[in-house]
Amino acid sequence: MSTTAVTTPSRLRIPRWAAPAGITLLIAVAYLVFRGTGTLPHDKEAPQFLALTDLREWIDDHRNSNPVFLFFLNYIRIFVGSVYTAFLSVLTALGWPGLIGVMGALAWLAGGWRIALVAVAGVASFGVLGLWESSVETLALVAAAVLLSLAIGVPLGVWAGLSSRVRGAVTPVLDVMQIMPTFAYLAPLVLFFHIGAPAGTIATMIYSIPPAIRITALAIEQVSPTAVEASTSLGATRRQTLFKVYLPLARSTMALAVNQTIMMALSMVVIANLISAPGLGGDIIRGLSRAQVGIMLPAGIAIVVMAVTLDRMMMALAREGAPPSGGGAAGAQRPERRGKDGGSQRPSRPTQWGNKHSGVSLAGAAVLAVAGIVLSRVLPAEWPANWTVNFVAQVNDAVRWAELTWYDVTTFIKDTTTALLLNPLEGLLTSAPWWLVAVAALLLAWRVSGLRPALVALGCLLAIALLGIWEHAMQTLTTVAVAVLVTLVIGLLLGVAAARSPRFSAVQRPVLDAAQTMPAFVYLLPALALFETTRFTAIFASVIYAVPPVVRLVEDGIRAVPPTVVEAAASAGSTSGQLLWKVQLPMARRAILLAANQGIVMTLAMVVVGGLVGAGALGYDVVVGFSQRTDFGMGLVAGVATVLLGVMLDRVTQGADRRPASRTGASH
Amino acid sequence: MKIRLIAGLLALGLAAAGCGGAKVGEPSSSAAPQGQSSASGAGTVKIAINPWVGYEASANVVAYLLKNELKYQVELPEIKEQLAWEGFETGDVDVIIENWGHPDLVKKFIDEKKVAVSAGSTGNKGIIGWYVPKWMADKYPDITDYKNLNKYADLFKTSESGGKGQLLDGDPSYVTNDEALVKNLNLNFKVVTGGSEAALLKSATQAQDQQKALLFYFWTPHWIFDKVDLVRVNLPAYTEGCDADPKKVACDYAELDLDKIVSKKFADTGGKAYELVKNFKWTNEDQNAVANDMTNNGMTGEQAAKKWIDANQAKWQAWIPK
Repeated sequence: MSTTAVTTPSRLRIPRWAAPAGITLLIAVAYLVFRGTGTLPHDKEAPQFLALTDLREWIDDHRNSNPVFLFFLNYIRIFVGSVYTAFLSVLTALGWPGLIGVMGALAWLAGGWRIALVAVAGVASFGVLGLWESSVETLALVAAAVLLSLAIGVPLGVWAGLSSRVRGAVTPVLDVMQIMPTFAYLAPLVLFFHIGAPAGTIATMIYSIPPAIRITALAIEQVSPTAVEASTSLGATRRQTLFKVYLPLARSTMALAVNQTIMMALSMVVIANLISAPGLGGDIIRGLSRAQVGIMLPAGIAIVVMAVTLDRMMMALAREGAPPSGGGAAGAQRPERRGKDGGSQRPSRPTQWGNKHSGVSLAGAAVLAVAGIVLSRVLPAEWPANWTVNFVAQVNDAVRWAELTWYDVTTFIKDTTTALLLNPLEGLLTSAPWWLVAVAALLLAWRVSGLRPALVALGCLLAIALLGIWEHAMQTLTTVAVAVLVTLVIGLLLGVAAARSPRFSAVQRPVLDAAQTMPAFVYLLPALALFETTRFTAIFASVIYAVPPVVRLVEDGIRAVPPTVVEAAASAGSTSGQLLWKVQLPMARRAILLAANQGIVMTLAMVVVGGLVGAGALGYDVVVGFSQRTDFGMGLVAGVATVLLGVMLDRVTQGADRRPASRTGASH
Repeated sequence: MKIRLIAGLLALGLAAAGCGGAKVGEPSSSAAPQGQSSASGAGTVKIAINPWVGYEASANVVAYLLKNELKYQVELPEIKEQLAWEGFETGDVDVIIENWGHPDLVKKFIDEKKVAVSAGSTGNKGIIGWYVPKWMADKYPDITDYKNLNKYADLFKTSESGGKGQLLDGDPSYVTNDEALVKNLNLNFKVVTGGSEAALLKSATQAQDQQKALLFYFWTPHWIFDKVDLVRVNLPAYTEGCDADPKKVACDYAELDLDKIVSKKFADTGGKAYELVKNFKWTNEDQNAVANDMTNNGMTGEQAAKKWIDANQAKWQAWIPK
């Protein structure tokens, strides 16, 4: 519909923007006329919420008599629990010197002595940070979740890779699993699997299975059809083709699947602690409820170190045979691929596994492992207290200083943004009739993305209205919109700066990496310290979270503008400003729109986490549903509504780039 | 594949525990993970940590004594109130050291499911209420009556309260009737959740230091009353049963006798550890002293507990089972 307006190139020349402007005007008028009607205010006691809460109570009451629990769910819980316990007891039995030695040895085998050094330093740092026990618990939980995720995900992925029907059926499920804010499924999960390590492992698996499936499927798909044909024409059975052709050829990409699964599992560490899963998450949650950044920071660092160490090891394995010095660059790029199928961007390299180890690395690994295990008999069982570094007090002091010093500035920023952007927009969205918002979304999505996505977007909004959570959804939409706006402005500025200056880019990259690897919760605290519990705090935290991928996409987009075009423009006498505005930005439009789309979904994920620090609306409903039994139903509905909102926003913006919604991954 | 996997899991499970089905938290279930919690001999005791510092003070003192006097292992998992009760069922929690009423949970887990029992009073009296800083009560003497709150609603406006006055609440998991109170008392206020005890403390301190207006949810026992002058707002007086229907509450919070809740299993097999928990009883002043050290004097829970224990031999000696 957007282009129909320009069909009459008459002399009056109706400008291109006439139709959109007219419709915008129409909507504005409709808003003024119908304002305050059809607003669907929030009702905490809505019958559908209460019905869900009752259902929950009913299930809970029959937990120990219902066969589904007795013969199915409880066994899953027991099984998962025993896998975790097995890992934990092995890791604990090794003792700290043993674990350091064994990890070092594994790393040596995976990628040579440099990687081994990284692993030894990384694992030792858990002790230095004074977090040895929780780190080991986290490691065991991640190991259990990853093992089980792969056990389920790899076969499913292979199947999906071989059959497009299966793939079509699995993809939407995976989408929901990943867009669903983790909080939203914690409450039902507790209902079915209780709390503790098994439930934590299962929660982690829900999040880490999708990349295992997706990337495995991708790896299988990429296997060259000629190899498959050759094999079948030689009379191989399907089974033989699978094991002798597909799997060996898909190996290096599948190593990425493992890596990505590990990273996803690590990003769940904190949230799993909310249902009493052991590990580093506990320190972060404790910091949050004491409002002490000093408590959170070491745990945050330990999680990042764990991620980097495991990442280097896995990437070395994927790239085995290449010189080990390449490890640095690959590791530094990794967080970029945190999106769901991000691994696909990496070209697959043929590798030969095994039989590549020289005698030296085998010997080195053996010496490390044996030394570690022997030392664990000699050295004290617990990490010596005087080998730890404690900077809780210093960090807290620094934060307090920042709070006091910047208080006026930060309050000003917060209040101005709230008064000028947040409140008017929220007022607009919550006072507009629901049908008008739905129609506006439909038209917008239609223009940007086409009819089908527009209808999906409309369906999502209607479902939100039907679920009875419209008002809060609109409030959340407001926070997301403002956060996306800020994210895009910052992302564009930094991205353009990085594209124009390689030196700036080099400085910026590690900062972005760190920002993405840190558990999202760690941002909440400085934000909390500076901006109190307000919607702005949630926005601030989600901006930090969503800016890095936006910067990268913008930078890459501008870099991708062909140099010949740039040269031509420059030789035609363009100033560098003109070059940017008239050439580079327009040509990078696709990348920038993609960045917007990515930013939206990541922001949405964080705004729900922001429910913990004053984001209110859907995020808070989910949090309440999780912590008050009587509000279970509302929390569940709010979680579903968040997914609908996410799908809606994705459909509205996906026209920028017609890749499927699956790309828009976010990690919380 | 998935079907086969599920079938496999199922078969595995059935084989592991005969054909009786698995009941979560039942000690008889032979495949129970984690060697289950505690409690015979010097085992492990799991005391849930609820998110307020007074609770932690009690938990740390009990934990210190369990560790150092009775040689138990102690775990202190951070679990919020409602979930901690579920922990009784699974064996993830042995003790909730300070329970604030929760009649619904008492009914569910003690009366119906019979997985938990009360282990008696902590000696602390808990009172939840609405507070304003003292400077406000001095300046507007009638503000302490809820009937006059609407008159002053404008003072309490913030960026988050949508044109109404702000009533600041704490952690989403806390016991609260505030939404219902605001509605049923027709107050022109909006409940805004700060998210944590820390958020409340910070706001209260700022309200005193910078003479900012603040109406907030708070409770005693708490050390803050020694540092910040606060005045309670009088809501319609509590009468027995006036809070029976959570939607219709229009009265103040009841004074609660805080008690300890333990899992049934811990009560039956917890031995000396259970005895100690049952005997644990101290005053609001005791708790405030430990909590204050933890929050304001930079001590860890363990250090603060040790300091109190070193100074109060006579009190805790009486708790140690003979």
